[in-house]
Amino acid sequence: MKKNLVPLIVLAVLAFFPLAVKDNYYMHLMILFLMWVVIGSAWNLIAGYTGQVSFGDAAFFGSGAYAAGLLSVHLHISAWWGLALGGFAAVAVGLPFGWICFRMRGAYFALATLALNEVMRHSAAIAEGFTGGMVGILIMPSFVSKVPYYYVALGMAVAAVISIQWIVHAKPGYYFVSIREDQDAAESLGINTHYYKMLSLAIAAFWTGVAGSLYMNYMGFIDPDVVFSLHDISIMAILVGIVGGVGTVYGPMVGAFVMVTVQELFRSGFFGLFKYLGNVTGSGTIVSIAETITGAHILGFGILVVVVILVLPNGIVGDWPKIRNAVFRTKPAT
Amino acid sequence: MAYFQVEKLVKYFGGLAAVNGVSFQVEKGEILGLIGPNGSGKTTTFNMISAYHRPTSGRVIFKGQEIHRLPTHKICRLGIGRTFQVVKPLGRMSVLDNVIAAAYSRVNSRREARDLALETVQFCGMTPVKDVLAKSLPIAGRKRLEIARAMATRPELLLLDETAAGLNPTELLAAIDLIKKIRENGTTIIIIEHIMHVIMTISDRIHAINFGQTIAEGTPKEVAANKEVIEAYLGTDYA
Repeated sequence: MKKNLVPLIVLAVLAFFPLAVKDNYYMHLMILFLMWVVIGSAWNLIAGYTGQVSFGDAAFFGSGAYAAGLLSVHLHISAWWGLALGGFAAVAVGLPFGWICFRMRGAYFALATLALNEVMRHSAAIAEGFTGGMVGILIMPSFVSKVPYYYVALGMAVAAVISIQWIVHAKPGYYFVSIREDQDAAESLGINTHYYKMLSLAIAAFWTGVAGSLYMNYMGFIDPDVVFSLHDISIMAILVGIVGGVGTVYGPMVGAFVMVTVQELFRSGFFGLFKYLGNVTGSGTIVSIAETITGAHILGFGILVVVVILVLPNGIVGDWPKIRNAVFRTKPAT
Repeated sequence: MAYFQVEKLVKYFGGLAAVNGVSFQVEKGEILGLIGPNGSGKTTTFNMISAYHRPTSGRVIFKGQEIHRLPTHKICRLGIGRTFQVVKPLGRMSVLDNVIAAAYSRVNSRREARDLALETVQFCGMTPVKDVLAKSLPIAGRKRLEIARAMATRPELLLLDETAAGLNPTELLAAIDLIKKIRENGTTIIIIEHIMHVIMTISDRIHAINFGQTIAEGTPKEVAANKEVIEAYLGTDYA
């Protein structure tokens, strides 16, 4: 029971969060956080557990988002249907891709996912008649309040995390990790590696697509550069996975929290700290820092990744014993 | 019809014939030793049996079924297990998890897989190290893990590729004991080995190859006395 205590407390805090905090700004950040928990967990399944690193999660995210948006535009039904269908749209993109590209291993597969990302982005931009091209898709949000979106996002995150955990602790999970560790050995153990890589990709694509559909419903606007974005979606998904801890259960959650916080710190200029300092001191240097820092979040990500890979190669969760020992100065248990 | 047979197996890598017309048969319950100098095509033969390489020509027949067109994982499920000469531990998994992953090829539930794995780990004498990460095992442990993993797929025919290489004398004896135990279990074995002590004591028959071609076959005694085998191993001066 004790090992289930922490997740239950976290879940309880998340469930009561909207009752305690009414501020729309923090609600918005929490919805983004929950969305990234889903995307990060999905990325962790295919890249962390199965070892097939994806640089193109945006292809699945965008497919889900466009599935929801296009349902609303063309069929005039609620974009919420996208929550069910967006995942399958992403799977429909992922399976043919995997069937062809899983013949490649390691870095070559990763590069193929990068290409998929770009193919999807350009396709969405070029097919103007169908997708609206660069104009994007605008739908009316269903709710004024953020609370309903929050609970949908929470439900989605819980479902994604539980289903992925269930899978990695069952037979497919053993097979995924075996493939990651040594594909040739895995084949010799009777594992159909092609099939199981496709299965892992399908599950990851599904949840990433569902997250994309939620994004469409929540933000009300998408265009190809937003949802098929290489640096805002695909790279961010990798960072969530790496910072939190690749191949760990709670890594993506911690990673999502850290990354959303860091992104917001930079975007808001450390919650206006630099702007305030600039105004108070009247120093020209600080004023110009305040003006440039909001655009520097990519630089911040870069530095963060370098630090994490150097100091905590297994991520925050993966290297938690190391952090605990450093902080509390206890002797490492041998 | 033999229990297992390879028929005129040929494998070309570019213009080089790594294996050039090797045929042999194995009867149920037998231990066949496969010997030959380095580069003579022993491991390539194993790789063709377990479908890591497609034969350029020739056939592999197991219990009356042609298997040389099947993928590797299906061959495992048919009941042919193998170990790797260059060991392939699933490094960041524990020994037990390595074996559980293999056991899932025969059973589906977590409990059954765990039970089968524990039994196999016990059989292979690895119970004391079952929770150790595979990558931290010494070479003897890794070789043994190769066998344990292959055994957990419940093979009828086991291909052992130099599982005794690099072991010290004590470990060697333990390895021989384990192989004998596997055979008493009713498993048929084809073994590649360079250490003559091992191959001569446990094989029923020995098949010797050189430059991809058969040079001798017979009982260990016959093969040890064969002129071509001595030539291949020691050079013409000693033949």
